Amino acid sequence: MASTDISLHKDVHHEHDAHDEHDHHDQHFIFKYIFSQDHKVIAKQFLITGIIWAFIGGALSSIFRLQLGWPQATLEWLEPLLGKWIEGGKLSPEFYLGLVTMHGTIMVFFVLTAGLSGTFSNFLIPLQIGARDMASGFLNMLSYWFFFISSIILFFSMFLETGPAAAGWTIYPPLSALPQAMPGSGAGMTWWIVAMAFFIVSQLLGGINYITTIINLRTAGMSMTKLPLTIWAFLLTAILGVLSFPVLLSCVLLLIFDRSFGTSFYLSEIYVAGEALSNVGGSPILFQHLFWFLGHPEVYIVILPGFGIVSEIIATNARKPIFGYRAMIGSMLGISLLSFVVWAHHMFVSGMNPFLGSVFMFLTLIIAVPSAVKVFNWIATLWRGNIVFTVPMMFAIGFVSLFISGGLTGIILGNSALDIQVHNTYFVVAHFHLVMGAAAFFGMFAGVYHWFPKMFGRMMDEKLGYVHFWLTFIGVYMVFMPMHYVGIAGFPRRYYSWTSFDLFQSFANINMYISLAAIIAWLAQFIFAFNFVYSIFRGRRASANPWHSNTLEWTTPVLPGHGNWPGAIPAVYRWPYDYSKPGAEDDFIPQTVPYSETQSSNLPHDKD
Amino acid sequence: MAGVIQQKQTSSGVHPLKFALWLIIISIIMMFAAFTSAYIVRKEEGNWLEFDLPDNLLINTVLLVLSSVFMQLAYFVAKKDNINQLKIYLALTLALGVAFLIGQWEAWGDLVSRKIFFGGSDANPSGSFLYVLTGVHGFHLITGLLYVLIVLISAFNFKVHSKKMLRIELCTVYWHFLGGLWVYLYLFLSLNH
Repeated sequence: MASTDISLHKDVHHEHDAHDEHDHHDQHFIFKYIFSQDHKVIAKQFLITGIIWAFIGGALSSIFRLQLGWPQATLEWLEPLLGKWIEGGKLSPEFYLGLVTMHGTIMVFFVLTAGLSGTFSNFLIPLQIGARDMASGFLNMLSYWFFFISSIILFFSMFLETGPAAAGWTIYPPLSALPQAMPGSGAGMTWWIVAMAFFIVSQLLGGINYITTIINLRTAGMSMTKLPLTIWAFLLTAILGVLSFPVLLSCVLLLIFDRSFGTSFYLSEIYVAGEALSNVGGSPILFQHLFWFLGHPEVYIVILPGFGIVSEIIATNARKPIFGYRAMIGSMLGISLLSFVVWAHHMFVSGMNPFLGSVFMFLTLIIAVPSAVKVFNWIATLWRGNIVFTVPMMFAIGFVSLFISGGLTGIILGNSALDIQVHNTYFVVAHFHLVMGAAAFFGMFAGVYHWFPKMFGRMMDEKLGYVHFWLTFIGVYMVFMPMHYVGIAGFPRRYYSWTSFDLFQSFANINMYISLAAIIAWLAQFIFAFNFVYSIFRGRRASANPWHSNTLEWTTPVLPGHGNWPGAIPAVYRWPYDYSKPGAEDDFIPQTVPYSETQSSNLPHDKD
Repeated sequence: MAGVIQQKQTSSGVHPLKFALWLIIISIIMMFAAFTSAYIVRKEEGNWLEFDLPDNLLINTVLLVLSSVFMQLAYFVAKKDNINQLKIYLALTLALGVAFLIGQWEAWGDLVSRKIFFGGSDANPSGSFLYVLTGVHGFHLITGLLYVLIVLISAFNFKVHSKKMLRIELCTVYWHFLGGLWVYLYLFLSLNH
């Protein structure tokens, strides 16, 4: 990477504005780094918590992949870690279910929701729209600390004697509603629900702040159609969160009443543990409707920030304007809208009315249209660009690849007839891990590598970055491609053991292969962890704009203080994608450059 | 509020906190949309106990609407710097809000006396839903009452006047929303009973 400091137009906005009072330099350590109200510090808090959670979530999956890959092996060597969850050298089946549940909960909510949009919405929104901070720094701080409390509760639920919640991350009743149904539905489930309640509060506080900030605190000239696509993505993510998380809260509230207060919202005519329950009149399908009304927008909450980050990084590193800026916004709007009317495609085989299934199938398949528009635009942006293969660019391209591979199987799963065969199999697991799991992780990695210089003032090591990329990229495909085959054969997910089915004996080798690849891919993440921590302290010092990018955050000093810009907030004159504009001196023109200064490259309609 | 970095104007022309309040209101609406649609879906499935709504719900509704009227009057007199009347109107808003809550509590008592329980072996979801809707609304109403109380205390400290309207403005919006939400719930329940 070019390390020369080009520091373009630094002289433009440097007069000191006496009215700005941002003397936070002498703050006490506790208020500067722990209970901070600075969006950049809160973003780092979310990021580091998210990374810790990602390693825990990955470790859990490695443990249950050991069981799936080597069902005959003795796991006594894990006893120091798992204690009595290893029974006679075997993983306890109850704990296996707990592992699966916690892996899903941690990855979906704690890493890819809080860790991803918590980090990048917080970090980028004020910096890219030209604001001093979030609309309310205090609520923003609360958002992190509610997430922190939630994290602590969920973490310690793994050490309960009866184990963590084990009903799957979707916590379907009656399994989750009856403590006597299995050990994991006892205290572990209660802790799970409490953790999620705090999590929802955190997400609502964060989301309300993001939307308010984007709508209200844009700098002069920053119209909605001059916003970087990252900000559009974060805006829509936050809107989805504000609309869908309250529904999850309602849904879980009714579950709490069923669990602890003897109501029958979801329970009816159940015989469990040698006893017929008195609950009459509840409907477990009602739970699924409420849950998936959140659950489906949730997968877009996970992937939309990735869309934004990847669009930004691809345009910057292809040195080309993003192809179809307005189409990108339109497709994100379309996806957000559709995300609220497709939830029942998770319930095709739940006993729901099949006619309703056809309606939801139709709506689901429409999502392929805006998704294809996005993919086309990313590829068209790359087409004949002067591509700089930086590490974030590699991850961004990897994101597009994974999104296509995973998205194609979505068309198969969205068919209510085909779903009869593949529902609840590893085909589903492969689909969503590629399209929203691995893809969102790639978006997150791309974002971390790309904005690391702005976060910590130093660059991450490139060579380690490439090694990390290739091991992860190949690893992810080695894990999830074979899963499609076992899934088509009907291999069910969430099963502790399959060795007693003759049908599945022939998959022993392929399962071992998947497990091996999964563990290698997880271990490869330690390269990233080392690179991340090492570069914070010892990385090469970054310039203010190391990627020669156009957006506003790169006009701040190398390490922006509280308030982001030392002088007045810069005004914005153009969209963020003026890369390689014919006639321009450089191959990029930052948003803060007025058209009057770029006569040679102006198009007829380019006027201030 | 602490931590708000002042910017001279906002790009939407609305105060950020007022905007945030609207978003909070939207998220509360989504909660109740979930409850009431769950109510309809569940009712359609049958095995649904029919019973009469407690009689005093209508009186409660009138009380809450009246408190909304006084809240609006308080807002008007605050604009005119009439602090004495402001205190009276806010106190009336608060008192009517508390009366509403007491009335709701009595409605629960009425239900229990007719053996319509929240939980337990005799409970039917139709009764449980009534408790959930009134209970969750009551919880939000308590947060509204605390807000009215804060504004009342500020009024006594001369911190609400024509140059300092944000606090009472937000409070008015929130209080009207809680009143409107209850009117919606009351109509919804009346139509479904």
